[in-house]
Amino acid sequence: MKPDPNAPRDRSLPRLAAAMAPVLLLLILLPTFVETYQIQLVTYGLIAAIAALGFNLLLGYTGLLSFGHSAYFGLGAYTVAFVVQRLGPHSMEFYILIGIPVVAIVSALFGYVCVRHTRIFFGILTLAISQVVYSLALKLYWVTGGSDGLRVPRPALLLGLLNFSGPRGFQQFITSYYYYVLAIFVVCVVLMWVVVHSPFGKALQAIRDNEVRARFLGLRIRRFRWISFLVSGTFTGLAGILWVPLNGLTTPDVLYWTFSGEIVFSALLGGFRNFTGPIVGGIVFTYLKTYAVATTEYWQLLLGVVLVTLVLVLPTGIVGGLSTLGLWLRKGKS
Amino acid sequence: MAFLTIQILNSLLYASVLFLIAAGLSLIFGVMRIINLAHGSLYAVGAYVTAWLVGRGIALGLPPGWLFLLLPLGALSVALIGIVIEPLLLRPFYRRAEEYQLLVTFGLIQILEDSIRFIWGGTPLSADALMDALPIIHIGGLLYPAYNLVVIGIGVVAALALWVAIYHTKFGVMLRATSQDRRMASALGLNVGLVYVMAFGIGCFMAGLGGAIVVPTQAAVLGMGIDALVIAFVVVVIGGLGSLKGALVGALVVSFVRTAGIQFFPELELAVLYLIAALVLLVRPTGLFGTA
Repeated sequence: MKPDPNAPRDRSLPRLAAAMAPVLLLLILLPTFVETYQIQLVTYGLIAAIAALGFNLLLGYTGLLSFGHSAYFGLGAYTVAFVVQRLGPHSMEFYILIGIPVVAIVSALFGYVCVRHTRIFFGILTLAISQVVYSLALKLYWVTGGSDGLRVPRPALLLGLLNFSGPRGFQQFITSYYYYVLAIFVVCVVLMWVVVHSPFGKALQAIRDNEVRARFLGLRIRRFRWISFLVSGTFTGLAGILWVPLNGLTTPDVLYWTFSGEIVFSALLGGFRNFTGPIVGGIVFTYLKTYAVATTEYWQLLLGVVLVTLVLVLPTGIVGGLSTLGLWLRKGKS
Repeated sequence: MAFLTIQILNSLLYASVLFLIAAGLSLIFGVMRIINLAHGSLYAVGAYVTAWLVGRGIALGLPPGWLFLLLPLGALSVALIGIVIEPLLLRPFYRRAEEYQLLVTFGLIQILEDSIRFIWGGTPLSADALMDALPIIHIGGLLYPAYNLVVIGIGVVAALALWVAIYHTKFGVMLRATSQDRRMASALGLNVGLVYVMAFGIGCFMAGLGGAIVVPTQAAVLGMGIDALVIAFVVVVIGGLGSLKGALVGALVVSFVRTAGIQFFPELELAVLYLIAALVLLVRPTGLFGTA
């Protein structure tokens, strides 16, 4: 039997570290040779990668397509904004500490409802719930600021050790925040790697590939899907928490279902049958969108054409395509 | 009393348009098993084309009565777009996973929405000449445009026509046979590809007609397609995907709840609609009349 080139291959953690080391080194050195704007863009990319990584636990490993992950991203962002407004402290660690439990609890709640269905109905249900959250954020303007959104000023990092109020505060903030996000990103990647290679992750993949067989093996399918949903939503929510201080503002746009579509797009762009696919996809999508918006007024058209072409020609995404190419080249040599 | 009558008429008006959109969405799902996310954008295209045609018609000095003939033209143009889209973009995806079908139609939304902006620009396009062509009637001391009654009439006629076409014609039998078992229908000599194109074309025609009849009452604006899609989802989830009766009942439920919502709880109107949809999915996953 031929091994499936798109199947996630089993590797141990040290090998992940070895593969990641050169990339990580490049990312660490990056601020020394690019300008602030590029650093900011890469930070956005890393955040999108965390969101897509979380999303892909559901799509790639559990086989559930959520069309409502904007809800968890937006919830993370709005939680930070509420904390700023109501509680006051401008500390990033505090935001994360409050934000993660909130997002986790809400993901658990929504997930409990959503995993009762699979396939298309799961998609519609996640979409419906995210739209409820969106319409509440839009209409309850005395709490959420309506379509104006809520402002979030630059927080202090590392328990107030790093403050950014001076005249060069912006540049300093961008560089420091880049390393901050990078560190969290690495933690997220390692965590997710451990999750998908644990017995739990294997069980999810078994459920994805054959639900009936998995049930006969005694797996509690709905519970596994629920926990997968919870983890997935929490990762995406963390991305929202990290995104809002960088953006400085949260609006209902990040709760709208087209934003969920962008998360799906990112995962597909990189390739959702690969562990690294959504990471690459999140970063590439950020660049793609930024440059599309900068070059043409009709950037949506451009993105739409890219998406349709991608789905038609390269359904395994960038990483999937590259690994197929690598396999093909190796076969040609021997 | 008159106030209540007008609210009921408004609900029926909204229900007619919603039914046209949702029935098309449902028909396409029933036959081809794909959710066409771009359906709302096709409805918007219908509205824009009709408004543009009416504008041209007035510029050419067509008498107001003739302008009504432009409504089916707007719908037909959307059907034509559908007939092109189905074999070109959707056909390669029937054998692939649902994710890809959703993604390709999501890409289609972005293409259609920006094409609308490219062709007609960002300013709203109105066709209220049609509304002014008909008199304003008195209902218990309140004024009501007769055109709205025409829209309700078109909705009723469309529902009847679709019902006859699906359940009482030979084409309807072919459609239902393909929907139930595509391979068996093909083995019995049906041209399944043709049935698909026809079904998709009819679905698009309905969406286009919805856009065409709505545009004289409210101008065509950017983003109307996405709004319509989001509400049409609620309709088909409540009624049941793939069911004509479901689309009708769903459209009525949504429009009455929405009209009441705008009166009594405007902030929560959309949230309530989605909560109803989520509840229906929990209690009856296939919707009130769904079979899928």
